[in-house]
Amino acid sequence: MKLYCLSGHPTLPCNVLKFKSTTIMLDCGLDTTSALYYLPLPLVHSPRLSKLPGWVSKDGTVNLEKELKECAGRVFVDSQPEFCLPERELLDLSTVDVILISNYHCMMALPYITEHTGFSGTVYATEPTFQIGRLLMEELVTFMERVPKAQSATCWKTKEIQRRMLPGPLKDAVDVWSWRTCYSMQEVNSALSRVQLVGYWQKVELFGAVQVTPLSSGYSLGSSNWIIQSHFEKVSYVSGSSLLTTHPQPMDQSSLKNSDVLILTGLTQIPTANPDGMLGEFCSNLAMTIRAGGNVLVPCYSSGVIYDLLECLYQFMDSANLGTTPFYFISPVANSSLEFSQIFAEWLCQNKQSKVYLPEPPFPHAELIQTNRLKHYTSIHGEFSSEFRQPCVVFTGHPSLRFGDVVHFLELWGKSSLNTIIFTEPDFSYLDALAPYQPLAMKCVYCPIDTRLNFHQVAKLLKEVQPLHVVCPEQYTQPPPAQSHRSDLMLELQPPPVAYRRCSVLGLPFRRRHERIQLLPEVLMNYK
Amino acid sequence: MPDIKVTPLGAGQDVGRSCILVSIGGKNIMLDCGMHMGYNDDRRFPDFSYITQNGRLTDYLDCVIISHFHLDHCGALPYMSEMVGYDGPIYMTHPTKAICPILLEDFRKITVDKKGETNFFTSQMIKDCMKKVVPLNLHQTVQVDDELEIKAYYAGHVLGAAMVQIKVGSESVVYTGDYNMTPDRHLGAAWIDKCRPDILITESTYATTIRDSKRCRERDFLKKVHESIERGGKVLIPVFALGRAQELCILLETFWERMNLKAPIYFSTGLTEKANHYYKLFITWTNQKIRKTFVQRNMFEFKHIKAFDRSYADNPGPMVVFATPGMLHAGQSLQIFKKWAGNEKNMVIMPGYCVQGTVGHKILNGQKKLEMEGRATISLRLIDGVCASVIILEVKLQVEYMSFSAHADAKGIMQLIRMAEPHNILLVHGEAKKMAFLKDKIEQEFNISCYMPANGETTTVTTNPSVPVDISLNLLKREMALGGPLPDPKRPRTMHGTLIMKDNSLRLVSPEQALKELGLSEHQLRFTCRVHLQDPHSDTDTLSRIYSHLKSVLKGYAVQHLPDSTVMVESIVLKVSSSAEEPDLKVVLLSWCFQDEELGSFLSTLLKKGLPSAL
Repeated sequence: MKLYCLSGHPTLPCNVLKFKSTTIMLDCGLDTTSALYYLPLPLVHSPRLSKLPGWVSKDGTVNLEKELKECAGRVFVDSQPEFCLPERELLDLSTVDVILISNYHCMMALPYITEHTGFSGTVYATEPTFQIGRLLMEELVTFMERVPKAQSATCWKTKEIQRRMLPGPLKDAVDVWSWRTCYSMQEVNSALSRVQLVGYWQKVELFGAVQVTPLSSGYSLGSSNWIIQSHFEKVSYVSGSSLLTTHPQPMDQSSLKNSDVLILTGLTQIPTANPDGMLGEFCSNLAMTIRAGGNVLVPCYSSGVIYDLLECLYQFMDSANLGTTPFYFISPVANSSLEFSQIFAEWLCQNKQSKVYLPEPPFPHAELIQTNRLKHYTSIHGEFSSEFRQPCVVFTGHPSLRFGDVVHFLELWGKSSLNTIIFTEPDFSYLDALAPYQPLAMKCVYCPIDTRLNFHQVAKLLKEVQPLHVVCPEQYTQPPPAQSHRSDLMLELQPPPVAYRRCSVLGLPFRRRHERIQLLPEVLMNYK
Repeated sequence: MPDIKVTPLGAGQDVGRSCILVSIGGKNIMLDCGMHMGYNDDRRFPDFSYITQNGRLTDYLDCVIISHFHLDHCGALPYMSEMVGYDGPIYMTHPTKAICPILLEDFRKITVDKKGETNFFTSQMIKDCMKKVVPLNLHQTVQVDDELEIKAYYAGHVLGAAMVQIKVGSESVVYTGDYNMTPDRHLGAAWIDKCRPDILITESTYATTIRDSKRCRERDFLKKVHESIERGGKVLIPVFALGRAQELCILLETFWERMNLKAPIYFSTGLTEKANHYYKLFITWTNQKIRKTFVQRNMFEFKHIKAFDRSYADNPGPMVVFATPGMLHAGQSLQIFKKWAGNEKNMVIMPGYCVQGTVGHKILNGQKKLEMEGRATISLRLIDGVCASVIILEVKLQVEYMSFSAHADAKGIMQLIRMAEPHNILLVHGEAKKMAFLKDKIEQEFNISCYMPANGETTTVTTNPSVPVDISLNLLKREMALGGPLPDPKRPRTMHGTLIMKDNSLRLVSPEQALKELGLSEHQLRFTCRVHLQDPHSDTDTLSRIYSHLKSVLKGYAVQHLPDSTVMVESIVLKVSSSAEEPDLKVVLLSWCFQDEELGSFLSTLLKKGLPSAL
């Protein structure tokens, strides 16, 4: 049994498991942090961005002023943003039989894998993962296509220039030649046509050799962990999971018991922050800004934590006497995301589930919409520009601050210290995200809400389910670089976990001894 | 041999009161727990005393599964669980769990509040009963206990309707509940994988009907409604609050919009709003088209259809009213029917099946004079009197029947059988005569047994389950190596191994390993035989000739000519000798061990035929 590791990002994994002659890809996450090296894509012409000086090397020998621009001491690529794909050279992707998706954030690279590689297999995902994944891809494509950029910069990628001449952090970016621009809607549709929907605890037979089963993982709508087993061997794949009580169905831990191998990915990216505390801070900062007459900008994904934020604000705003403050949710898929969240009762936690029996919508944002306190728009153009009132709270993407409507709000509100931007998504460093907007007068608050398992929870979980071997990204086997003394922020196990990094190929340590066959009753009768 | 027993307590050669008991692998399962619309006495509910005479059912049943929310499938549930007594799990899908208590409460109200019956289940009992419900998701495998597992499939029919597969070990039964094989305006078509159950228990409501295309029926329906409205008549459509009602509402709504019609459409019960809300929240259970477009336009938000008030029935002018219940056996639909029955301009359209004994059934059979118990229209004081009066109602309005109820027709039933590939079929939920016809047809076309037990009659089907055995991977790999890298999966192959039965498990291992494990020493069994050959050559030459002969015949075997004047074929030894008296009569000595018996006997037969002269 072998594991091919195609992604080095611990929360956006892409691994391929070869087990009993089947080749199973576990997730295909798209690392969009590469977009941080690029200049933002403004929705309306930005004189500030267009006036940024081009970059010329100190000795003047290299002139890339068309491709690279300097802003507040940093160098950015002036081009359509590109993303870091899972490794495609390590193994022939046309041999992949199936792809198992654990949650909608971990499927964003799907079109790169299923299109143009000869892939002809099936993708398995739950219905919410599929539907919301489609929305997020659609949103990404719209963000990119609505502000097309003529130029595509490649000269800066030349090894001699990038490694030797460019300043950091651009200098340290890896594998820049494998970065790709966004896919098209046509590729998204084609990729998604390969998805077969599954329910939690549905046993799916692969070629009669292996059985795969999705389990509830508690992280997001329809998010799942996977059991991959034969009659005698069991591999558990744990991806983004949560033990906190938010909107999704709680995590199924007991089904993970007795695994020979447990592949562990998708732990919290902010192990030092407590999501509940962050939520409190989010509310108090929001209230403070609104009271002072400022606006609040919340860069976020269009599904996920936003539902919890809205629910939390639904209760908080009245108690804080701010009941009249309008919320705006701006995204090409805002309406769809809000509508879809209401129809997946089966995938929600118990108390939300019981609401539909009344029948009432499971999320209170239905009431916020009905009472006109929450309004959603496809973009800043059109109705929104005539309807919006200040002070207000705006939820919009993309959290990288490089594309989407959020770019416009930063240009609009960035100059006033009355306004606040509150970061809730943990995927991007907020300092890096803000770099091309400096200098910025707006207040910045960092309240990352990452509900995924922390090291304490995962240690407890592993103690309970007792896997024989644990495989995890190398990042989990040492403390975070910034907190090297925190030995509690790493996995300490006996036997020690098998660590992987991008492009690792691991031989997983177990031997198969038995196989199950069926004896026909006619044969058995002979022994009577 | 193990067997599976199936006993219908209701719906055996009948429609209504669905309740089927299944015994499989030592587990007892109750499928559906319905009431009969045609009866008002004890026959209304299944006879649970069949299961046990004394007391509670919990000890006798492992689980109860409800296929959908129609009362003929769940109407007896609170009676069974709370009044007879059952505390085990009751499985149903989420939409069924949401809607079923509402219909039960409605049923209770009509029976107790309107008809004044006592000794009926209470609202509290409905609530307590629903607490025992465990929701089922489609395709999820639910482990009821260590051995019994169930899995739900989409059945169409009504919102949340499911077919269930019940599995113990390698034995399984599929129960269809009511299903629909063609998608309609709001639901999709039933689907099941090729799960090859031992028994497929299928409904057979429309066993002998092959229905024309849905489009024609829809056109017909709209034409009739339209004509009636044009001449100023009133149209009554008795429906159940959820299900067909929504489909017909979508149909009329789009027609009204297209034709720009002004006549009012009403929906009779307070349930409407609520019912439509359920459809919106459970949109994932509707058909593909509605699911795809629900964000832009929700099909369950009606513009033309308004809530009905009792007083509207006397309004002049045309109108269309959807009223519950669907078989005209009680409630508002019956009240309106009584008001409108005398006018030939009016029309009643029965969009679904009506069980025997209901007013719906009677008028569909052309009855023009109906005896009505006066209770509903006469004040209570009279009922308290000697006896309820009887009113004769003349039926002058047009009676139309339109089969909109979403059951599979004969074609659909055959289609499902082809999908699931069962070993046996058992028909329920249909009329005996029609069942018998379908039974013949199934037996002819699929050449499998088909049963149609009556209520209380047990059908026993003997199963032939295969036995799972653990085989050592070494043995399997060794076998595979013998037959080349890729064995043909479709061709049987004999293999040697030792079956060890120990600690309730079966293992197939190589003979050597078995000997080692069991601490036995190996005994060798050898066969020897002499074959006489006329061959005028020296012994050595004869042996060489045999060698070349075997070499040419036995391609792919290890044939060796050894220096000690023997030929070896695998483990088989061949020697040649002759006596001095008859040097041309050679005696070939063959010796082989038991494992090579097949090859050994082949060789001896071959040599007996002599050597070809060409050698």
